[in-house]
Amino acid sequence: MRTHTSTDARGRQTGRRHPLASIALITIGLLSTGGAYALMTTTASAETSVATQQSVNEGQKIFAANCATCHGMTASGTKDGPSLYGVGAASVDFQMGTGRMPLAYQGPQGAQKPLQFTQEQIDDVAAYIASLAPGPAVPDEKYLAGDADVALGGQLFRTNCAMCHNVAGAGGALTEGKFAPSLKGVEARHIYEAMVTGPQNMPVFSDSNLSPQDKADIISFLKFQNQHASPGGVDLGGLGPVSEGLFIWIFGLGAIVGVTIWITARPN
Amino acid sequence: MTTAQDTTTTKSPVAAPTRGSRFTGAVANYLDERTSISGITKELGRKIFPDHWSFMLGEVALYSFIAILLSGTFLTFFFEPTMTQVHYEGSYVGLKGIEMSAAYASTLDISFDIRGGLLMRQVHHWAALLFVAAIGLHMLRVFFNGSFKKPRELNWVIGFVLFILAMGEGFTGYSLPDDLLSGNGLRIIDGMVKGIPLAGTWISYLLFGGEFPGTAIVPRLYSLHILLLPAILVAALGLHLLLMVINKHTQYAGPGRTNDNVVGVPIMPNFAAKAGGFFFVVFGVIVLISSFFTINPIWNYGPYDPSPISAGTQPDWYIGFADGGLRLVPPGLEFVLWGHTWSFNIILPLIVLGLFIVLVAIYPFLEAWITGDKREHHITERPRNAPTRTAIGAAGVTFYAVLWAAAASDILATHFHLTIEAVTHSLQALLILGPIIAYLIAKRVCLALQKKDREIALHGYESGRMIRLPGGEYHEVHQPLDDYERWRLVDYVDYKPLMIRPDARGRISPVQRVRAVLSRWFFEDRISPATRAELESGEGHH
Ligand code: HEC
Ligand code: HEC
Ligand code: HEM
Repeated sequence: MRTHTSTDARGRQTGRRHPLASIALITIGLLSTGGAYALMTTTASAETSVATQQSVNEGQKIFAANCATCHGMTASGTKDGPSLYGVGAASVDFQMGTGRMPLAYQGPQGAQKPLQFTQEQIDDVAAYIASLAPGPAVPDEKYLAGDADVALGGQLFRTNCAMCHNVAGAGGALTEGKFAPSLKGVEARHIYEAMVTGPQNMPVFSDSNLSPQDKADIISFLKFQNQHASPGGVDLGGLGPVSEGLFIWIFGLGAIVGVTIWITARPN
Repeated sequence: MTTAQDTTTTKSPVAAPTRGSRFTGAVANYLDERTSISGITKELGRKIFPDHWSFMLGEVALYSFIAILLSGTFLTFFFEPTMTQVHYEGSYVGLKGIEMSAAYASTLDISFDIRGGLLMRQVHHWAALLFVAAIGLHMLRVFFNGSFKKPRELNWVIGFVLFILAMGEGFTGYSLPDDLLSGNGLRIIDGMVKGIPLAGTWISYLLFGGEFPGTAIVPRLYSLHILLLPAILVAALGLHLLLMVINKHTQYAGPGRTNDNVVGVPIMPNFAAKAGGFFFVVFGVIVLISSFFTINPIWNYGPYDPSPISAGTQPDWYIGFADGGLRLVPPGLEFVLWGHTWSFNIILPLIVLGLFIVLVAIYPFLEAWITGDKREHHITERPRNAPTRTAIGAAGVTFYAVLWAAAASDILATHFHLTIEAVTHSLQALLILGPIIAYLIAKRVCLALQKKDREIALHGYESGRMIRLPGGEYHEVHQPLDDYERWRLVDYVDYKPLMIRPDARGRISPVQRVRAVLSRWFFEDRISPATRAELESGEGHH
């Protein structure tokens, strides 16, 4: 009987040790690759302007394997995808870096999927597309630090972006199933690239429209909003009065009705 | 309110005075001998405590209003109701140096630089939402219980006025901070006002003191919000409570409960602790919510400026139905005629919502006219015993709910990955079909429940115990009800459609004909309660 329990316990122990160990391993693995990845991205993006021929060749291969079905072997476009001449490295970096390309299916709006490529591969494809025709490059690091004028950025954001993305960047609906996504947690470089390339239904904000400094301000504002928890407490998804109304009906009035039921309950 | 002592003097028999009522009497005596305010102590000290949770919803509204008053007074100390432009120099980095109105700047100061200010703002706003929600639920309770019938019709109307005033208070308050979201809301109101034919533009100019947004609207709304509307609200509230005391509370049917008395436990010792504590419970819930959950984060919205518009601009929930109405109007209703633009895309929702609101306000009179019922009522009706009214209520709730959902159509679309057009079209269809379906279902359910009650009153509950009779026949034993339960099931007034008789000149006027048709519609489907005779013969069976 005693041995039985002890084997039993051991069995459970090993059963427990197993997943724990693998979780720890995965965490360590993720952390180290993530760290390395972060280091690599900074260096890689600084180098994109001086793309090597090797990188272009590498990019062409990746493109041919993953993108050519829709964009054509020479990236000149087919009926399934537009020409990529002149879209620039910024567009490729945004589309692949946010998981939009390769496109999964034709819907009202290309969806975001988990990333399929490393940043290095993305840089290669970007170099390849940039080598075909000139276009907006991947933004300079100095605009992405998030240390520019937050207040001014807020104002620019409210005038230029809030009508689609909502004042708090919570996102919003457009017509026919299209939508402006929430901007929570979007990387600075992707915000910049979105502005210069205008993905899908978003307009292009050229440098004459919003100077690079303005864009840096907007990025700083969005970063500021992301990093600062709401001073008032839990923000209920930032959806404004709709979530507030639902909350008060369900939890506020709900709690109080519960109390009234308790008060009027007859002791039996 | 009648005490247990009083009830012994009424027609129906009840138990002898309890210890509680003796204590009440002693308290009343003590005070009366010294102050002669026996009238008041009698009313309050012997106020019968409601014995159903839904009877406490009005109290919830009252207590949240007190929370609003307290927090609102705090806000007035620091809020600056002007639209003078200033540069923000407070401690919130996200808006440093931005030009804004003094109203917005002072609200930011309340939120970030005045101790306890943010909590007070959140208490004020959460309590406002709870206030209107409690009023809404309270109204539904009164409606479905038929508690608005004579002699309480007037109090229904006063309650309705309170509801409108509360929405007015909410809307004016919402616009005070002069942030982008509330400015967008005002812009919508401005658009609605301008959509009124002929006079619209004039009214808008009058309201805003010139071209929208002007510099007059915040101070004006402020006077409304802290002076005029609260004064009327408090007066109406006083009247509401006074009438409630005069008319007494309605009660559910039960043994000894008639239209002539009120039975319950006197408030003084038994429930005083629970009920007195209830104020603090409501207050506590509000403060807890306010400490942990953001409401109206105006610092995210930025100062109002007519050029930016935010996606997903919504009003507070209680104005949502109007916003939903605007979102659901089909396009193409605007045309030019006789040199004027007729914006039926605005006029139509105004008319429909106006009609809806007026119907709510006058419903007691409509029903009394249709049913020809001029008797006094003090017994709370169970919703199932008035199937047509319950069905009308269900239809009304559905109508309102669809409008309400429409105010969040964009959020529905993005969160459920639908197209905004699909959401809008479905809601348009639901707005018409939903109430009809709800009406039919509610009526069927009521009738079925009534049938079940009748069955139970006559034959008792199914006990699940099978017995075999000497003849070999199987039979389930039915458990008879006790008197208390049976009373609840059979004590309701059974109405019949009005018989319309010719008037003095031997004619039946068209109005009376309409009335007869309506009355038939109201009462044609009904299940009569089990009668005494039926009960007696039924009892013999099992
Ligand atoms: C299933 C077809 C399909 C595949 C596969 C595909 N794309 Fe696309 N791509 C599209 C379509 C359609 C659009 C235009 C609409 C949009 O942006 O979603 C587009 C747009 C783009 C754009 C933006 C063009 C602009 O105007 O800025 C880029 C960049 C791009 N694709 C790159 C790629 C790359 C790189 C790959 C391979 C990793 C790829 N695409 C794979 C269909 C596809
Ligand atoms: C006309 C509406 C519109 C305006 C104005 C607009 N956007 Fe967008 N934005 C969109 C849409 C639609 C998308 C989604 C595009 C896609 O999925 O390809 C988008 C996508 C983005 C993304 C990518 C988000 C992600 O999850 O990857 C960013 C970042 C962004 N916008 C930033 C901005 C900024 C900053 C501005 C203002 C300068 C702005 N947008 C103005 C409609 C708009
Ligand atoms: C039923 C009554 C009331 C309702 C429903 C109500 C509702 C509101 C709402 C929704 C706001 C916006 C608050 C915000 O988001 O910051 C507001 C603001 C305000 N209310 Fe009230 N209110 C009521 C009564 C009062 C009373 C009686 C007072 C004063 C004694 C008052 C004073 C204020 C002030 C000064 C503001 C602006 C300050 C600020 O926004 O921070 N309110 N009110």
